[in-house]
Amino acid sequence: MKQTDSRKRVVITGMGIVCPLGHDLETVWQALLAGKSGAGPTTIFDASTMPTTFDAEVKDYDYREHVNLPELHQHGNRGSSFIVGAAAQACQQARVDTETDTPTDGIERTRMGIYLGAGEGSVDNDVFFAALTKAWQPDDAQMDWGKWAEVAFERMSPMHELEQEPNMPAAHLALLTGARGPTRSCLTACAASTQAVGEAYSIIQAGDADVMIAGGAHSMIHPLGIMGFNRLTALSTRNDSPQTASRPFSESRDGFVIGEGGAVLILESLTCAQKRNVPILAELIGYGSTADAFRVTDMHDEARGAMGAIRAALDDAQLSVQDIDYINAHGTSTTENDSIETMAIKGVFGERAPHIPVSSIKSSMGHLIGAAGAAELISCVLALRDNTIPPTANLHDPDPQLGLDYVPNTPRQTPLNTVMNESFGFGGQNNVVIIQRYAGPDA
Amino acid sequence: MSDTPVLITGLGAASPLGLSADSLWQGLSQGECGIQTIKAFDPVGFPCKLAGEVPDYKLRKFIPKTARKSAKLMSRDIELAVIAAQDAFAMAELKTKASAPDEINIDPARFAINLGAGLISCDLVELAPAVAASIKDGTFNLKQWGLKGIEQVTPLWLLKYLPNMLACHISIIHDLQGPSNTITCAEASGHLSIIEASQVIQRGQADMALAGGAEAKVNPIVMARQCLVKRATSAQNAAPQTACRPFDAQATGAVFGEGAGLVVLEHKDIALARQAPVLAELTGYGQSNSISSVYERVEADGRGIQIAIEKALTSANISPADLDLVIPHGTGIPTDDLAESHALARALGDCATRVPVWPTKSMLSNTGAASGGLDLIAAICAMKNGLIPGAQNCDQRAEGCQLNISQAPVPGPIRYALCCSYTYGGQTAALVLKNPQL
Repeated sequence: MKQTDSRKRVVITGMGIVCPLGHDLETVWQALLAGKSGAGPTTIFDASTMPTTFDAEVKDYDYREHVNLPELHQHGNRGSSFIVGAAAQACQQARVDTETDTPTDGIERTRMGIYLGAGEGSVDNDVFFAALTKAWQPDDAQMDWGKWAEVAFERMSPMHELEQEPNMPAAHLALLTGARGPTRSCLTACAASTQAVGEAYSIIQAGDADVMIAGGAHSMIHPLGIMGFNRLTALSTRNDSPQTASRPFSESRDGFVIGEGGAVLILESLTCAQKRNVPILAELIGYGSTADAFRVTDMHDEARGAMGAIRAALDDAQLSVQDIDYINAHGTSTTENDSIETMAIKGVFGERAPHIPVSSIKSSMGHLIGAAGAAELISCVLALRDNTIPPTANLHDPDPQLGLDYVPNTPRQTPLNTVMNESFGFGGQNNVVIIQRYAGPDA
Repeated sequence: MSDTPVLITGLGAASPLGLSADSLWQGLSQGECGIQTIKAFDPVGFPCKLAGEVPDYKLRKFIPKTARKSAKLMSRDIELAVIAAQDAFAMAELKTKASAPDEINIDPARFAINLGAGLISCDLVELAPAVAASIKDGTFNLKQWGLKGIEQVTPLWLLKYLPNMLACHISIIHDLQGPSNTITCAEASGHLSIIEASQVIQRGQADMALAGGAEAKVNPIVMARQCLVKRATSAQNAAPQTACRPFDAQATGAVFGEGAGLVVLEHKDIALARQAPVLAELTGYGQSNSISSVYERVEADGRGIQIAIEKALTSANISPADLDLVIPHGTGIPTDDLAESHALARALGDCATRVPVWPTKSMLSNTGAASGGLDLIAAICAMKNGLIPGAQNCDQRAEGCQLNISQAPVPGPIRYALCCSYTYGGQTAALVLKNPQL
């Protein structure tokens, strides 16, 4: 199985984030450590009569502050605008040149790729609903497509329509960076950007690229998205207290708090990072991916898929259960996820499970859906850097059925060497990655 | 490519030419065209009224009884993928939980699934009662939407439209528990998912994989979108069969459609050990980006396509002279076809005017995420039959296109075939297939 001899080592050399807690790494990190919440009443559209009237939105953000050629990105959906800012930050930290035809960063552009877990953009609400309203014939329960087309072709903006496609955030990054290497975008629900990072790491390991711009971008805060999650009863309805609504692992948890954002990590072969002499933030050493193959609506009731992904990541990293110092949980604050995820950790780590700190930053940041995994992996790298675990905020009534160490409410200083990040998605998508403190070229 | 050979042992399709890979080849080899006036909805008022639609089917015939309940949660994209999956498993002689629960010959934990999927557009008719209940003073009202509208929508609505639900349903029906991913790179998704599945096998995370893609584009939103960005032809509504004209001087745009094109990939050792039907070897692949600020078009010089092709040839360790067939992306959009011509001309050098180039979208339409898998199946069938069917609707090559596109069938052995794809938004891919018989 193992091909360590030939596989390239992969390190992280840059990070950037745009999320409900802020638009730069240090602001977001300080907010996480303080257990601040990014949640508040929904402002993106009038959600005042929805079952859930709040969310965690990116506020006061302008992508134009991050780029020199903003007109290239003017039609981008919310996800694209977030990823442009996040990538600009990450590239700056990793010393990857942007917005130039003549880069001098030492990276051959055909050896630099992009892998995003990216979501769709919002429909153009006004036109979308107006066209439907005009075309619907309630008497015979049919659509008059001629009337629909009339509204659509008169009012739909071609670029707004195109930018709804989930591959568009990657298109914006290609323009930003000039990347000509392997480029993919995936959408495996809430696990998408962990999978993107895992696959990007595998691409570098196999020698198909030297640098990968990996991450995620998503916003499902729109009338159809919130309707969909509300109908699934997946969202918290604690409308009187948005900031305490996301409470993973607590007995009173009642659903997730939807967020939005963009997060980017620059992954690079160790050789390339050394050659370019860029600081190394952490090493990526393991990735596991499985499918539940169970039910469309539920996670596997014995956590088979989640355990399989954790074990696959440990195997890939050639680690044992003794080696994990901290687990950044998927921890959505839904009844099901937090129970099954806890079951998976207990199932894999056995007697050691209660001794491993586990926390969910969704308690502060909200659930960034496709962008969640990459945003959380960034928090793992910062945790390693500062030997500090970000807490699970709002955890005042731990669910007695669960019983792990969820690092409630206050950050914890502790030596960290190896950290695991877990993401699970609707449809039974399980993805886990492991990072380690970079211990030098001979480690 | 790494040293681990990856073989293709099964093909599955649902296309405008029929509900199997066999019917796909039957139709293609006879030059049949699956493009007609749209039947799924009345296209009055649409600049393009044409599409490639999959013939009528009864889903019950393609799924086990145990899946009938979950079939209610299948959008059309999912249905097409499920149909093609069954076809692919049958051809690969693989018995799964769905086909033979007592004689399963796959290892579920070592079976991966990587599918390309589109942005699944919601069914407007399904949503209409909710919108109708949200009208106040004659217009749609968001407060009413929250109060009255949303309760009209079926509770599991969202699960029908998540792109990863194609792979989710198939993984449940056939019990595939290995790595699972869903590539959403529009028209390049099929090839990219096959590349990734091959990498998953090469790095030892699975023995077998189902890969390719599916997408149902024949709905008002997708069609309107392609009309709005002026990719769909609006000049050919009276002549569906000759409407899509890749690389032809009279080309006026693309025609969109629906389908699913899936392949079973297998580690060579596993395939040989079980004496699987070996249809082709995937010996090379390449990926890149077209970098264009006109996001809906590929860059004019085709550089991103060229890079993908060159990487694919290098990784297959062959030269252009080894190629006997190229299936291009070839959409019928004149500027994009010209860019792809340039890319092939530069990547293949002197061979570009010699190697037979066989575009399929003139017959299949542009099926988005399904198109890459369908083209791979077409290439493999051509190899197996030693025959490149005649290209349709390319009567006179467009100016600047020097490719060897033959209207007459070209019989003869095919050692290596190249398939390429690109998409709006820029992702590009190319694959090299080797004939296992030669």
